[in-house]
Amino acid sequence: MFQILLTHYPYYLSTVLIVIGVWGMLAKHNLMKKVIGMNIFQTAIILLFISSSVKFGATVPTVDTGLGSANAAFYVNPLPHVLMLTAIVVMVATNGVAFAILLLIYRRYRTLDEEEILRRMRE
Amino acid sequence: MIAKYKDLIVSLACRLMAPFVFLFGLYVTMFGHYGPGGGFQGGTIMASGVILMRLSLGRQATIKKFPLEFGPIVGAIGLLIYAGTGLVSLLAGGEYLDYAYLPIPSTSGTERQYLGILFVEVGVALGVFGVLLSIFDSLTKE
Amino acid sequence: MAQLPAIIPVSLLLSAFVAFLVGTFRRSLVYPITLLGIVTALVAAVIGLIRVLQDGAQHYYFGGWPPPLGIEYVLDHLSGFMAVLVMFIALLSVIYSRRSFLQEVPEKIVPLYSLISLMLAGLTGIILTGDLFNLYVFLEIASLAAYAVMAIGNDKAPVAVIRYIIMGTIGACFYLLGVGFIYFATGSLNMGDVARILPSIYGSRLIVVAVTFIVIGMALKMALFPLHIWLPDVYTYSPSAVIALIAPIMTKVGAYVLIRMLVSVFLPNYLTSVLPVTLIIGWLAAVGIVAMSVMAIAQKDFRRMLAYSSVAQICYVALGIGLANSFGLIGALLHVLNHAFMKCCLFQISGGVRYRTGLWQIPQFAGLGRHMRWTMGAFTVAAISMVGIPPACGFFSKWYLVLGCIDAGNWVFAVVVVASSLLNAVYFFRVLEKVYMVSPNNDSIVTTASDPPGEMLAPMLILASGIIILGVVNAVIVAQILEPVVFSAF
Repeated sequence: MFQILLTHYPYYLSTVLIVIGVWGMLAKHNLMKKVIGMNIFQTAIILLFISSSVKFGATVPTVDTGLGSANAAFYVNPLPHVLMLTAIVVMVATNGVAFAILLLIYRRYRTLDEEEILRRMRE
Repeated sequence: MIAKYKDLIVSLACRLMAPFVFLFGLYVTMFGHYGPGGGFQGGTIMASGVILMRLSLGRQATIKKFPLEFGPIVGAIGLLIYAGTGLVSLLAGGEYLDYAYLPIPSTSGTERQYLGILFVEVGVALGVFGVLLSIFDSLTKE
Repeated sequence: MAQLPAIIPVSLLLSAFVAFLVGTFRRSLVYPITLLGIVTALVAAVIGLIRVLQDGAQHYYFGGWPPPLGIEYVLDHLSGFMAVLVMFIALLSVIYSRRSFLQEVPEKIVPLYSLISLMLAGLTGIILTGDLFNLYVFLEIASLAAYAVMAIGNDKAPVAVIRYIIMGTIGACFYLLGVGFIYFATGSLNMGDVARILPSIYGSRLIVVAVTFIVIGMALKMALFPLHIWLPDVYTYSPSAVIALIAPIMTKVGAYVLIRMLVSVFLPNYLTSVLPVTLIIGWLAAVGIVAMSVMAIAQKDFRRMLAYSSVAQICYVALGIGLANSFGLIGALLHVLNHAFMKCCLFQISGGVRYRTGLWQIPQFAGLGRHMRWTMGAFTVAAISMVGIPPACGFFSKWYLVLGCIDAGNWVFAVVVVASSLLNAVYFFRVLEKVYMVSPNNDSIVTTASDPPGEMLAPMLILASGIIILGVVNAVIVAQILEPVVFSAF
């Protein structure tokens, strides 16, 4: 069991971060903290993907003139890196939209506490 | 919300650094073929150069060079370059975004694909630059 | 033309960027450019569907790279059907929306129409793509544009939308995790490739977790019963023209992704026997139908009632998916088509009433039948179809669902489908009674109301007549378009 923890530690750490992110989104009352929880959640997923692309004894996936381009085992798998670039851009765009909406809410209600806002909205 | 930073050292240092940040962003964009880099990364660094100037020098001084409509318009032009390159290859007979069909004279098939990726990366860099600048401008309005 | 699967999303993307660029200089050109993009995509979708009916499925490789390397777009019966449906509803809603936007938010016309084009590009990308990660990218494009468009308007819309953002992002990120696990297990991201590799690794725990994450993620996007919390607030507080566009198509595209996973990626054999996901979806849907219909009866706000009714109707579609036999799936797909027409008509009616009178509470609708004749006529047709009375189309999709329940031997579901029609009748006939049988107070604004202008009335009437026409020709639709989908899977 300790052996599994030592060899698979990136996956366990990513899972802990995912759970922290989801807990932040659900349990915190301040809307800004919910958005920060969303960021932690998405970053943890990106870490999980990237940690799956590593190979033992491999180098960065740009063609090295010494190693040549014949054997793929010398280079780290570049596909998850490319997918995660797109996911990072999606994360940035989501942050942009979320912050703009938070500004709208703040200008109208003068608070960012979710329970207070819902109470004012229902009456 | 954005006013000129009162300290002299900060203001001077930012004024010195901003052009180099912008140049580094261009370098990262062009060098995406050979190392880490490309459109998204270069566009973000270019936007951070302009945002650094806006934060340290204040809105009044930077409005003349980068007016408020600059962000959205440059972003739209960049994204149109990206979509337009694909459309040109569609009209020239290939699939969408098949760079081997771009009508660039006196180059071979693989060279055309190399240049096509470069066009698309420049378009994406301009698009990301414009979008990030417009996000910053609209969040710090009034 | 072989380029059709690319033209549909690309024309919408290009019209979004061009409309934004031109609109910052000349505002009056935004609406024509948007309309041009939508018409191009609709024509391309219709021609594509006709070609599929004649020749079979079309495959399109972006950039010329063949499937394991590149992104593939697939235009087959299912995606052609959904693409034509989405673009037709979008065309009618955008024509309807111009007067409404000019009255409610005139200074934000340019970003509004660009974002609507972008959202439609995202939705058609989801429908046409054959690559799992490309689906995530277009899912987020459509969702982000929808968040931004729904938050324009009054005070309460941003609060509803921030809750939708949080829950929707959890859903999309769960889908991304599921796709990641599929990639770790099979090494490929292409749907056809994964379907080919999957039978050899049936016992793998990675695939079990991947299916769980994908189903939960798309259930959040689709507003299946326990995960529907974001929907009523968003549908109540958004601008009326926006919700007439988004309500009929957004959740349906989520249901389409689940159907695509069922039919093309994880073949139905896996989802019913190895991991009983469809059983759970079916039971949640059955509870959801009853619970949401009861909640809809309790509402006084017209749009809130329609929102709870929407959740109940999407649970019908999920019930059809959960039955996982051929009649159930045909019923689910037919209900997607019918419900899109009915709900678009209903939300446009609600917007038209608001445009003329500013009212949204049902007790104040008294006497509208005499003053807004055509609008309330369309409402009667839509209400009859929602309850499920032939020859309106709603009857036929419920008929196929009941046939599917009997085929699966599940009598509880059959009773749920029939009994919920009675519940639908309660809340729709309550509104009909208020509108036709009760006369208004003398000082109510209803007495000066008239039908909305022609631009807003024509889409309502086209949709209402479409409801009757779809009911009459539904056998043709089922035989030509839906049965090939089902036979390829079962």
